[in-house]
Amino acid sequence: MIFYNNPKPKICSNPTMSNSSTSDLLKPFKLKTKQQELLIRVSILCLVYILAFITRLFSVLRYESMIHEFDPYFNYRTTLYLTQHGFYDFWNWFDYESWYPLGRIVGGTLYPGLMVTAALIYRLLHFLRFAVHIREVCVLTAPFFASNTTLVAYFFGKEIWDSGAGLVAAILIAVCPGYISRSVAGSYDNEGVAIFALLFTFYLFVKAVNKGSLAWGLASAFGYFYMVSAWGGYVFIINLIPLYVLVLLITGRYSMRLYVAYNCMYILGMLLAMQIRFVGFQHVQSGEHMAAMGVFFLMQVFYFLDWVKHMLSDTKLFQEFLSITVTCAVAAGGIALGVGVASGYISPWTGRFYSLLDPTYAKDHIPIIASVSEHQPTAWSSFMFDFHILLFLFPAGLYFCFKRLSDATIFIVMYGLTSMYFAGVMVRLILVATPAVCLISAIAVSATVKNLTVLLRSKNKVAQIGSTKGTSSAKASSKASLDQSQPFQKNGAMALLFGAFYLLSRYATHCTWVTSEAYSSPSIVLAARGAHGNRVIFDDYREAYFWLRQNTPPDAKVMSWWDYGYQITAMGNRTVIVDNNTWNNTHIATVGRAMSSYEDEAYEIIRSLDVDYVLVVFGGVTGYSSDDINKFLWMVRIGGGVFPVIKEPDYLVNGEYRVDKGAAPKMLNCLMYKLSYYRFGEMMTEYGKPPGYDRARGVEIGNKDIKLEHLEEAFTTSNWIVRIYKVKPPNNRW
Amino acid sequence: MEAWIRARVTLALTLFALLFFVSRSSPPRQFVISNAERRIDLSSHIINVHLTLKVENTGTRPASEVVLALTPTEVDHLAMVDALAIKGKQKKTTSVRLEVKPTELPDAPPIDAKYFTIYLADPLNSGESTTLEVLYVFMHFLEPFPAEIAQSESQLVFYHDTALILSPYHIKQQTTFIKTPSTKVESFIRVEPTNRVGTEIKYGPYEDCPPYTISPIHVHFENNSPFAVVEELVQEIEISHWGNIQVTEHYTLVHAGARHKGVFSRVDYQSRQFSNGASSFRYLLARLPARVHSVYYRDEIGNISSSHLRTNSLKSELEIEPRYPLFGGWKATFVIGYGLPLQDFLFESSDDKRYLNFTFGCPLIGMVVDKLTIKVVLPEGSTDPSPVVPFPVEHRLEAKYSSLDVIGRTVVVLEKKNFVPMHNSHFQVYYTFNPIFMLAEPLMLASAFFMFFVACVAYIHIDLSIRK
Repeated sequence: MIFYNNPKPKICSNPTMSNSSTSDLLKPFKLKTKQQELLIRVSILCLVYILAFITRLFSVLRYESMIHEFDPYFNYRTTLYLTQHGFYDFWNWFDYESWYPLGRIVGGTLYPGLMVTAALIYRLLHFLRFAVHIREVCVLTAPFFASNTTLVAYFFGKEIWDSGAGLVAAILIAVCPGYISRSVAGSYDNEGVAIFALLFTFYLFVKAVNKGSLAWGLASAFGYFYMVSAWGGYVFIINLIPLYVLVLLITGRYSMRLYVAYNCMYILGMLLAMQIRFVGFQHVQSGEHMAAMGVFFLMQVFYFLDWVKHMLSDTKLFQEFLSITVTCAVAAGGIALGVGVASGYISPWTGRFYSLLDPTYAKDHIPIIASVSEHQPTAWSSFMFDFHILLFLFPAGLYFCFKRLSDATIFIVMYGLTSMYFAGVMVRLILVATPAVCLISAIAVSATVKNLTVLLRSKNKVAQIGSTKGTSSAKASSKASLDQSQPFQKNGAMALLFGAFYLLSRYATHCTWVTSEAYSSPSIVLAARGAHGNRVIFDDYREAYFWLRQNTPPDAKVMSWWDYGYQITAMGNRTVIVDNNTWNNTHIATVGRAMSSYEDEAYEIIRSLDVDYVLVVFGGVTGYSSDDINKFLWMVRIGGGVFPVIKEPDYLVNGEYRVDKGAAPKMLNCLMYKLSYYRFGEMMTEYGKPPGYDRARGVEIGNKDIKLEHLEEAFTTSNWIVRIYKVKPPNNRW
Repeated sequence: MEAWIRARVTLALTLFALLFFVSRSSPPRQFVISNAERRIDLSSHIINVHLTLKVENTGTRPASEVVLALTPTEVDHLAMVDALAIKGKQKKTTSVRLEVKPTELPDAPPIDAKYFTIYLADPLNSGESTTLEVLYVFMHFLEPFPAEIAQSESQLVFYHDTALILSPYHIKQQTTFIKTPSTKVESFIRVEPTNRVGTEIKYGPYEDCPPYTISPIHVHFENNSPFAVVEELVQEIEISHWGNIQVTEHYTLVHAGARHKGVFSRVDYQSRQFSNGASSFRYLLARLPARVHSVYYRDEIGNISSSHLRTNSLKSELEIEPRYPLFGGWKATFVIGYGLPLQDFLFESSDDKRYLNFTFGCPLIGMVVDKLTIKVVLPEGSTDPSPVVPFPVEHRLEAKYSSLDVIGRTVVVLEKKNFVPMHNSHFQVYYTFNPIFMLAEPLMLASAFFMFFVACVAYIHIDLSIRK
């Protein structure tokens, strides 16, 4: 391990002590110890920087340079628009291709940070005469920012502990699966840059608190601005920082540094954040942001009291003044909040926010949030999968943090604990917890390894080290010198070091394996193993979208479940009824209702929405399980939430969801069932099974004789994954 | 009085000029076609018409210009016309390629017609005769009827023509053979004597047809050959003197046959392949030069995974499959790109110029191209580009900025409409290039890195702090 080469500066300034053996080794180079240390640190950082980038390229090597998943397609489409039409057109873009017939004000309903970043990188590259396509820029944005995050993690670790911990943090975060899951090449989503922005803002704020300088406070305000422009998760920052300030106030760590840092960051950050149209006045009006404002006023009261205390010499008088002021302030704050909420000036918390505080809230009230798989509560296995040994190192790191409590370590402890809670509530928020877990674990690793190495090297220098005081490593080694009588302590330290090395190498193996196996598939292209072990590619999604793009009228309206909306507009270039920006629940419920009605009822809804094509995803032939039949209950629930004619029990038999002969009659005749299984009854899917055997659910379907009256099959992809139906014009009356 | 004389002089001059013009360019009536045989091949959507004419000079003066006549619709669909003069007796024949040019004839023929003139290599003396072979290639000439078909139907098309060859000359004897792709012929107009055997319909022989006699016929028959048409092909050939030629081809492919109507059923298409989608097509074959490398096949939304490349030392074959089978009226766009070794295509000419020798054509086999654009991107710093193409094309110059370009590259753009595979031939682009320009980009990169390292060194050694 190399970390003992760069301990705290205090020891470092005494080169004879800790670097004798290394300097022997490097004598021919004749570098000073400080230079050696810098060289090693910089080269480690460079390697980590490169590692973080290339470990995210599995998807490009396995598949191709393409955009993954669902939301990234919207981001890609908007970035394309931004580079082609310029910023002002992008800002004022009214997109009539989605949410037909409502449309969407794109500039006012997105976080532009990601698109602007990619467009700037694209411009810069073209300015430097690198003729790259915007798609390549978009694909590689997330890995690039992941690399930058490792640098920030290094500086953050250096700020809260020492540069050794910073280096470990950089390495841990570079390969941590929890972060890689959202930042592989092609995963062009807001989180890709937002985690960088989040950590950077936190780092700058901690730096500002430590230094008490306006410059760092200003920097953190700009970091916050970037975060606000990039991701809705900025709410986490604007609540965590006030909470942290509050904790510092309560624990009596109030200082002028804190006052300067927080006020500068809050006021400037607020003004800057309000420039983002999607946030706007929410920043001063909505319930989620009130904590920050409350703490801001509290800070002023504190400062005022501090000043009064300074002016008044009489403590008794001050006590009375204190009680009156605090009562008045609390009362004024309470009244202001009450009036604000009652008059509607302060909007209440949104559903998403509630569902974070109360995990059961969404399930009962907002099915559309609960239907998203990444909003489910996290299972233990996925913690283990995403964090591996960090899960055990995290508490150890917390112990070290508590042992050496400072403003910075309090911050990282609070960040770690709150984000861990949120990670438990929602799967996707593991991402937010990852930097904190990595940093705290890095402290544990760095401190342990440092203690052990000092123990190993302490033999001859007991006297010397014993005289040095004040640092943890010195304490540890002085303790070691007391225990020197123990016979096997050196061997024990050796064994423990090897153990740590083994654990860390297991971590590296695990991370690489997880990245390559689990997180590098684009989900547009499905890969499977054929009978002879060869790789079979199912490229049905793109087949269908490209068919739509080339062979339907340019103004055709496509109805599908909202999951596929962004992809249809981006790849198929056709208008959709609903998409992944689930801003209008009623509209989605209408589509859900159409899908779960009988064909003639559905036809009326389809006609009223002016739909030309209906697209369904069906996995019965290939055994692809995340198809529309498996999502169907959510359509029923969301549709039924707005239109009570749709009742969930109608589609179930004794509370059981089935598609075979025993299925509910409504289920067997609803539009979704018909469109999915149309002419499937003639199809032999598996040897030794009856025709119409659904491989995704492992049953023979219940309704093999499906007749369509108002729709006709327009296109079915080669593996039947996407089926497109054309809506027939109404019959002539005479 | 003076004005009167002047008017008369003007009139006389005008008449004289008119007379001169007419006498110069009227069709030389001294030819008679003693025997004409026409073979029309309708087996694909590219129609080849082989016309063998035995021309006899019955006039008094030697003549060297033989005129061919075509109807305006035929001219609209004409992709190429080619004429050969056959010399020698049987078996030991040699053919000489003759120049063919469109011409205008001022005298109004009884039928609307357009003309092409064949310029014989040696003038034909009075009383002599010679044999000419003319090849017409037509595209988009078969009219699908019915214009829309369902998935299970096969494609029927109309071919319109005349049983008697349209000609400004007297034809003593003529025969026309029409070859259909299969024996399934719905109907055809008989002009006796007409005879149908197997896949061939024979019109004639007809004796002594005066000039401009026609006799319209049509053949309605089944043609399920893929009507694959490339509406637009943009081929970009980028030359790098570091040893590579990068070719990128953008295709807009369309099925130009009878339009698909109604349902597309995957069950039927998969299980009953012979009776379903007979006129649709799935596979395309591209013949690429030998030693091709880094081939890709993709479109706007990404890589298309269904392609196979077979290479050997003589040629490479790329079998591609569009994302979906193409039915009538369906479109697909895609891009094929590949790299080629420079030494196979770039040569140095005697006058210190360099030239690129490349195939003018579409690598997809049997493909009709409505508009073919070839862009030759010359390396940065090359001057005086001049293309040499064996047939008339439009050409212009453009500029392109590729990676690390400062002044931009010269692009020679060649455009050809109505391209058929018979056009495939080599073309050359000559240009002057100073090899010193090859070093520009590496030097730029090297100096950028050098500056970066200098900046790093400077940053480490300079102390910028105010306090000491």
